[in-house]
Amino acid sequence: MTTVSWSSEPGTSRGPGPFLSVRDLSVRFSTEDGVVRAVDGLSFDVEKGTTLGIVGESGSGKSVTNLAVLGLHDPAHTEIDGEIWLEDQELVGASSATLEKLRGNRVAMIFQDPLTSLSPFHTIGRQISEVYRKHKGASRKEARDRAIEMLERVGIPQPATRVDHYPHEFSGGMRQRAMIAMALVCDPDLLIADEPTTALDVTVQAQILDLLKDLQQQYGTTIILITHDLGVVANTADNVLVMYAGRAAERGTVREVLSKPRHPYTWGLLSSMPRLTSSVDAPLVPVRGTPPSLLSPPAGCAFHPRCDFSQLVGSDLCFTQRPDISPENGHGDACYLTLQQKRDIRTGDTKEHA
Amino acid sequence: MSETLLELQGLKKHFPVRGGMIIKHQIGSVHAVDGVDLTVGAGETVGLVGESGCGKSTTGRLAARLLEPTDGKVLYKGEDISHSSRRELAPIRPEIQMIFQDPYSSLNPRQTVGTIIRSPMEINGINPEGGRKKRAQELLEIVGLNPEHYNRFPHEFSGGQRQRIGVARALALNPQLIIADEPVSALDVSIQAQVVNLLQQLQRDLGIAFLFIAHDLAIVRHFSQRVAVMYLGKIVEVGDRASIYERPRHPYTHALLSAVPEPDVNAEQRERIRLAGDVPSPINPPSGCRFRTRCWKAQDKCATEVPPLVQLNGNREGHLTACHFPEAPTVHGDDVVLDPALA
Ligand SMILES: Nc1ncnc2c1ncn2[C@@H]1O[C@H](COP(=O)(O)OP(=O)(O)OP(=O)(O)O)[C@@H](O)[C@H]1O
Ligand SMILES: Nc1ncnc2c1ncn2[C@@H]1O[C@H](COP(=O)(O)OP(=O)(O)O)[C@@H](O)[C@H]1O
Ligand code: SF4
Ligand code: SF4
Ligand SMILES: [Mg+2]
Ligand SMILES: [Mg+2]
Repeated sequence: MTTVSWSSEPGTSRGPGPFLSVRDLSVRFSTEDGVVRAVDGLSFDVEKGTTLGIVGESGSGKSVTNLAVLGLHDPAHTEIDGEIWLEDQELVGASSATLEKLRGNRVAMIFQDPLTSLSPFHTIGRQISEVYRKHKGASRKEARDRAIEMLERVGIPQPATRVDHYPHEFSGGMRQRAMIAMALVCDPDLLIADEPTTALDVTVQAQILDLLKDLQQQYGTTIILITHDLGVVANTADNVLVMYAGRAAERGTVREVLSKPRHPYTWGLLSSMPRLTSSVDAPLVPVRGTPPSLLSPPAGCAFHPRCDFSQLVGSDLCFTQRPDISPENGHGDACYLTLQQKRDIRTGDTKEHA
Repeated sequence: MSETLLELQGLKKHFPVRGGMIIKHQIGSVHAVDGVDLTVGAGETVGLVGESGCGKSTTGRLAARLLEPTDGKVLYKGEDISHSSRRELAPIRPEIQMIFQDPYSSLNPRQTVGTIIRSPMEINGINPEGGRKKRAQELLEIVGLNPEHYNRFPHEFSGGQRQRIGVARALALNPQLIIADEPVSALDVSIQAQVVNLLQQLQRDLGIAFLFIAHDLAIVRHFSQRVAVMYLGKIVEVGDRASIYERPRHPYTHALLSAVPEPDVNAEQRERIRLAGDVPSPINPPSGCRFRTRCWKAQDKCATEVPPLVQLNGNREGHLTACHFPEAPTVHGDDVVLDPALA
């Protein structure tokens, strides 16, 4: 990959680069208890037409990051630093009118619980058409036809009838399909899906993930998929970003991260999950302790209170200095262990279990 | 075989559905549990899996006799407790304990951890040697918490720690059977394993039997010696762990297993089954086989005859399946794609 340089002035253009580029993003909330550093120096890229899976435990900053991309944070209580580039457009500091125009049009989102984003008082068709009319200035008739087309596209049977139904007349899986139809109605370039299947049963989850993959293949949509489930990532994403305490712990292609994980936290996530095929006698290896408070995150590597390997680093770096993700491109992680040390730890692991 | 501790026979629970403009009268009923047969032996771990709303929690609450069945029987150590009164249940209450999904709402926020753990001993008039406080502190230690946490309040603990408090409370009366309803579903992945390991260790050290309810098939496989698969109020397949996960016969079990996303990029190509639609409403469940509206093998007979839960030819002892046209016992069969979006 080539290094790109770009101007720091909002709204100005820059040279070719990734489709979405987040650079050194920080999001801080002022609360009664103090300042919450929800995201703290996060950088990542998403290439056009690919899916980035963002994983991490509850409170690691997944949703906050993506709400920043969408410009949905309340400026009165939020301080955002860094840069977010959507192609040649800088989003941090962009006017609310610009962001408003972007949302639903170029960038769309789906949330975990379709019921909180669909109005119970309007038909599904009306809700989808409204988005289309607002952004494309289409007529009522055009918008209705478009709604029917979208329902068909997401696999809702008898779309011409279903278009006049209310959300409560849809099952959970159909509501999530309707949400996807609404998000895609203006053919956005970027779709942010925040835990789109967490509330669904596994057989329905499989349908929705297949649907997202199909739509991406047909329309080339770029997708950010937020989830806490590495299995979902393995099945849908091209690249993965593992977040811990508001920062990137590891990133790479799905294959790199799942088959050659480098960060001790990623190891912990993988070893705490049983598989359908793992030995039932081998005990699970949990990550000890609990995630840190973001009001007063630990100094140094935020993972150090839960890490078993900090003594191998051979200095007090883990406790004093925040590790940055390296190398800058490709498979990288934020940990002071050398690659050789990691390999030794991992192969020691596999010997023990064999 | 170990002694049978819990036996559910043809168990049913129907909840009334009320409607009407002014006077609410019953207009139907939710067939939440509709004919469940299941046993749990002493010291045994039995998993109960199925999609949401299929009746897992209701089955658990019936088994703990927190609910009274509409029909069928709950036997505990051979004694019929289906309709026993509060007073009749008192002597066995301590032996059957429940752990709930939500570590936030299942603990009283105004009580200290000590009070929470002591209260089952107080209610049941149990005076352990050394006193209730000492016993509560021992229990805190057993579940991996600090005995000094005795005077703290639940909000001072993380989700995983709160779930440990719930486990300590369930252990206070030396139960023989724990009904754990989605005990790790609300926890983060890195914390789930801590709680699963704790429950497994208790099961081994103390010989407690478990009815382990969950929707996560990999966790159930890890924890349970025997597994029952539930669909719309009925058990469609039950057997030892290897039978269910390696030689399933019911089409629904195949579909469930094939839908689990595994975090493995090198997994050999698994069978891929995509069902159409969602689980139908338990208010008017389909006639005959309840799975027929989503089953790719359904024929006329499936709509008219309820398939009995029986041992099929070639299946191991105790591996029972309820299907007229069962699948071959392999999980590497042909793909089935019924999803309308993919068809
Ligand atoms: N408006 C807000 N004010 C104060 N703190 C906030 C606010 N929104 C989020 N946070 C905090 O920021 C951190 C990151 O939250 P975020 O919602 O991004 O987590 P997440 O990774 O999406 O977690 P989950 O998996 O639970 O959805 C958390 O500590 C959260 O409590
Ligand atoms: N107290 C109740 N009143 C009415 N319906 C109920 C009640 N409890 C459960 N149900 C219904 O019974 C069915 C089974 O519920 P439940 O046992 O909680 O399922 P699961 O635990 O498998 O998700 C669902 O349709 C649910 O809505
Ligand atoms: S930087 Fe140190 S504490 Fe952090 S993960 Fe690596 S070894 Fe562990
Ligand atoms: S009985 Fe018929 S509908 Fe039911 S699972 Fe078997 S084949 Fe499918
Ligand atoms: Mg979130
Ligand atoms: Mg339940």
